[in-house]
Amino acid sequence: MTNVSYVRTEMLPEKEPPLGQSGLVLWLRTNMFSNIPNSLLSLAAIYFIYLLLAGIVPWIFHGSWNVGSLSECREAIAAKYGDGAEGACLAVIRERFRQLIFGFYPQELYWRPILAFVLMLVAIAPVLFASLPRRALWFSGVYPFIGFWLYWGGTVWLPVVVLAGFAIGAAAMSILPRMVGSLGAMILAMLLPVIWWLTLAGATSDTMQSLLPISLEPVESAFFGGFMLSIIIGVTGITLSLPIGILLALGRQSHLFVVKTICVGFIEFIRGVPLITLLFVASTLLNYFMPPGTNFDLILRVMIMVTLFASAYMAEVIRGGLAALPKGQYEAADALGLDFWKATRLIIMPQALKITIPSIVSTFIGLFKDTTLVSIIGLLDPIGLSNAIRANQAWNGIVWELYGFIALMFWIFCFSMSRYSMYLERKLQTGH
Amino acid sequence: MAEAAEAVVDRSQMKVSDEVAIQITGMNKWYGAFHVLKDINLTVNRGERIVICGPSGSGKSTLIRCINALEEHQEGQIIVDGTELSSDLKNIDTIRSEVGMCFQHFNLFPHLSFLDNCTLAPIWVRKTPRKEAEDIAMHFLEKVKIPEQADKFPGQLSGGQQQRVAIARSLCMQPRIMLFDEPTSALDPEMIKEVLDTMIALAQDGMTMIVVTHEMGFAREVANRVIFMDQGQIVEQNEPESFFNNPQSDRTKLFLSQILGH
Repeated sequence: MTNVSYVRTEMLPEKEPPLGQSGLVLWLRTNMFSNIPNSLLSLAAIYFIYLLLAGIVPWIFHGSWNVGSLSECREAIAAKYGDGAEGACLAVIRERFRQLIFGFYPQELYWRPILAFVLMLVAIAPVLFASLPRRALWFSGVYPFIGFWLYWGGTVWLPVVVLAGFAIGAAAMSILPRMVGSLGAMILAMLLPVIWWLTLAGATSDTMQSLLPISLEPVESAFFGGFMLSIIIGVTGITLSLPIGILLALGRQSHLFVVKTICVGFIEFIRGVPLITLLFVASTLLNYFMPPGTNFDLILRVMIMVTLFASAYMAEVIRGGLAALPKGQYEAADALGLDFWKATRLIIMPQALKITIPSIVSTFIGLFKDTTLVSIIGLLDPIGLSNAIRANQAWNGIVWELYGFIALMFWIFCFSMSRYSMYLERKLQTGH
Repeated sequence: MAEAAEAVVDRSQMKVSDEVAIQITGMNKWYGAFHVLKDINLTVNRGERIVICGPSGSGKSTLIRCINALEEHQEGQIIVDGTELSSDLKNIDTIRSEVGMCFQHFNLFPHLSFLDNCTLAPIWVRKTPRKEAEDIAMHFLEKVKIPEQADKFPGQLSGGQQQRVAIARSLCMQPRIMLFDEPTSALDPEMIKEVLDTMIALAQDGMTMIVVTHEMGFAREVANRVIFMDQGQIVEQNEPESFFNNPQSDRTKLFLSQILGH
């Protein structure tokens, strides 16, 4: 028999963890050369990276900037680095830089898209960073109308009367519930602005313009192109698809049969159709359904289609977030007396959106890259322009330089979105 | 089961008035075809501390969840504080703001600090100004003895602390009735006591409480009435003294022998 009795007389103090070897050697040993197969793989990977860089780096550094065509460029490189030397013909980017950024937007009006872009950054900032003053969100709300006016020009009163429609809706939402009940107010808040836009808005805009003419030189959509176009379509799609997606996701979970059916039908239809089909519908078919003579801007149609497409995906992403929330969160909100919209806004959505940040940002990134598809229906986004540039005799046959530049620009945008999402996830982390 | 409520409980403040707080008559509830609650009749007076016990699946949680309309009942009448629970949303909202509830899994909002958890409903439902709501919240956080953790998030603290904040969160709405749905079942034994102490303090302040729990020590010390439920029905109810020492039905005897047997 052994004696099992044991009493600890003092609790052990905490000790420092054992000191390991630190520094580069330890890092290399643990991360690259921990055993023979890993070491071989590491060496193979290093060799592969070397081959890649050995091809790309000289190609870029041999590049020529100051020539006028592809053939001149090749001569210049051969003259400088000897026959058979490879080099990038970066001159095409220098020569066509403005086109790649602005499309065929009139040069003397470049200040407008530039100003619109800067103001866009200002408008987005308070949305992205909660530490900025909340009052700045007013500007974010008004920006779309300023942006529209700067890009397309024309009378200032058009965006103003459109904005007035939203103001009418908001006013209806805050005043009417006392008179006609909340459901009636909601319906009227949607109906009244539409009536305003369809009937009085145009006349009001014309009258105001004749009384107080403020306008910018109008620029037609046909002149829009380059990254400016990608940004207009992409940013519109991104900002609108999130709220629409949230509403669709909520509608899909609704107990109201009609609402639910409409939302499910919309989501499943849009997700079941390729974006390119929707874009063709936007560019060709839609006109057949319009009254003859209406000139519904092509870029506007494309923006609507891209937004609807992204919204359907967004709705499914957010539905996943909603499904991941424990039922207790809904119950706790109910038990505290919060109504559906307050519970959704204050309890459910903040959590559902937080869970889905990575997927939401993936959808945004996908949407932004998908804007290049508009080149297929003839819009001059960077890809559409690159086709046009390569059709030019001087630059016929140039591939890597143009696509590389476009890829780099897209990468910068998408990588910043990805970084932002990681920042946001870290910031919103509240557990442990 | 931990005999947790060992602190000497002062019953002198726990007065039961004649005023009716909750009146349930002939209430029936079904989940689909399954009859979960059968002909429930229960009158709760203001200031009563009622403990409901029973085997799992006996409908005790469902019963108290019917009282604040987290579950819908199909037949019978529930009147809370003079307001009848019907499908009328306005009545439901009135009742929910009068009745506080604590859940087994606390259900704190993980994205909000403890203080924000506590001020959310007063600000958005009662329209209390933020400053005032924060003062009320700090008052109740002091009451549950964690004012210094007000800025922490639920994920950072222990289950016992979370449950105490959940109680404080309900109290911030200044309810007249508190429902507890197995408030200590998800807690480690060491933390059960701190939650029960909070509940005892609440009882001593005269709060009307309905508690679903297996903590028989708490029932003995604090409750003025113990209800035993089985198969969706109230099988027996009595004062704790008689309930534990002299149970009448065989089903109650069996249950008590199992739960107190060790």
